[in-house]
Amino acid sequence: MGMDKDYEDIPGTFVFDADRGREGYHLNQFCISLRLQENRDTFNTNEESYLDAYPMTAEQRAAVLNREWNRLLELGGNIYYTSKLAANDGINFQDLAGIMTGMGREAYRDMMLHGGRSPEGNRYQSEWDKKEND
Amino acid sequence: MARITAGVGCSHVPAIGVAMDSGITEQPYWEPVFEGFEKSREWMKDQKADVIFLVYNDHCTVFDASCIPTFALGCAAEFAPADEGWGPRPVPVVKNHQKLASHIAQSLILDEFDITIMNEMEVDHGLTVPMSVMFGDKGPDDKWPVLVVPLCVNVVQYPAPTGNRCYNLGKAVRRAVESFDEDLNVVIFGTGGMSHQLQYKRAGLINKEWDTDFLNRLTTDPVSLSQMPHVEYLREAGSEGVEMVMWHVMRGALDDDVTEVHRHYHVPASNTAVGHIILENKTS
Repeated sequence: MGMDKDYEDIPGTFVFDADRGREGYHLNQFCISLRLQENRDTFNTNEESYLDAYPMTAEQRAAVLNREWNRLLELGGNIYYTSKLAANDGINFQDLAGIMTGMGREAYRDMMLHGGRSPEGNRYQSEWDKKEND
Repeated sequence: MARITAGVGCSHVPAIGVAMDSGITEQPYWEPVFEGFEKSREWMKDQKADVIFLVYNDHCTVFDASCIPTFALGCAAEFAPADEGWGPRPVPVVKNHQKLASHIAQSLILDEFDITIMNEMEVDHGLTVPMSVMFGDKGPDDKWPVLVVPLCVNVVQYPAPTGNRCYNLGKAVRRAVESFDEDLNVVIFGTGGMSHQLQYKRAGLINKEWDTDFLNRLTTDPVSLSQMPHVEYLREAGSEGVEMVMWHVMRGALDDDVTEVHRHYHVPASNTAVGHIILENKTS
C-alpha cells in the first residue's frame, strides 16, 4: 500500500517527498557541490565535463545547462539545491522566484511589497484549473 | 540546576543576514523588519542567558541528500559559519556548551528520542540569522555573548517530523536541561517561517491570517496547534512554511502557561513573512 499524497492537489507546488528525492538525487548532489568556491570555479571553467561526474538523466543535464529553473523542479530538483546553481549565476532567491513564476523580477518584487501572493484562489489545483477555463 | 526560562520564535530569512552583513538595515525596505527586533535585543541582554538551545534547519548546505537526519544535535566544540554558495557569513564562530550538549544527547536517547549526534558540523543562515537579529551585528573576530547548543531538524525532505513529535521533543529537552547539574540559564529558540513559498509557480505565497492565528495559538493553545497536519502548513503557509514545526520544540520546552512579552510581524523580507515572538515562563 502506498502513502496517501494528500498534498498533490496544491497548485504550482512540488512537495519534495521520497519519490522526488529519489528521482532528483544526482541532480541535487550536483547542485549542492556548487556551494564551495573551488567547485564553482571548476564548473564555470567547463560545465559539461564537471557534469560528467554526476550520473543524472539527459533531461536533467539539459535543464542544468539551459538553466530551465522550473524544469529542474519538475525533474526532482529541490529549490534549496537548485538555488545553489542560481547563486553560482548571481541569481538570488527573490529573482529566482521572479523567473519561476513567470512574473519577472520587478512584478514579483512588487507583489511581495504588497503583501505577497494571497492564499485566496491558490489553495487547490481545481481553483487554478477553473481560472484557466474561465 | 540548569533551567529553561524563556522561548523565542523567529524567522531566519537569509536576506536578513545579507542586509545586516552589507549594512543596509536602515534602508526603507529593511527598516521595519529590524525595528521589530530592537526591543528583542534589549530583552535578550536583560535575560543574561548562559546558553541558547537553538532549533533550526539546514538548507541543503551542510547536509546533502546522502544523509538526512530528522533530528541532529550539535555536540562539537564549535560550529563555523558555512559557505552557502556566496561565501560564509562574516559572523563569529558559534561556541557550544559541549558538556551540556552531550548530556542532552544522552538524556534524549534514553528518553526515546533517537537523535543523531554531530561531532563535526558547520552552520548556515538557519542558525546564524536568529543569532544576528537577537544579538546584533558581530564580525568574524567578535564573540557571541552566549554558548549555543544547536538542534538541526530536517524540514526539506518530506515528511518533516510532526508538530506533535516536535512538541514532545521540547518536553524531553526540558527534562534533559533540568537534569544537568550546572546552574545555567537556558533560552530556547525555535526558528524558521513564517508563511513562505520559494519554489515554482505559486512562489510568493503569504498568509497573514494563518500566521497571526499560529502566533495566537502558540501562546494560548499550543497542544491543539501541535496537532496540525503537514498538508495544512503546505497548503496554507506555503511549501517552505512547514519550517514552522520547529517552533513547537520551543513551545514544548516551556511551561503550559506563558506570558507573551513581545511580537513582531512584517511582510516582506525577500519572499517571506517575518514572524517573531518572545514567551516567558511565568514561574521563572
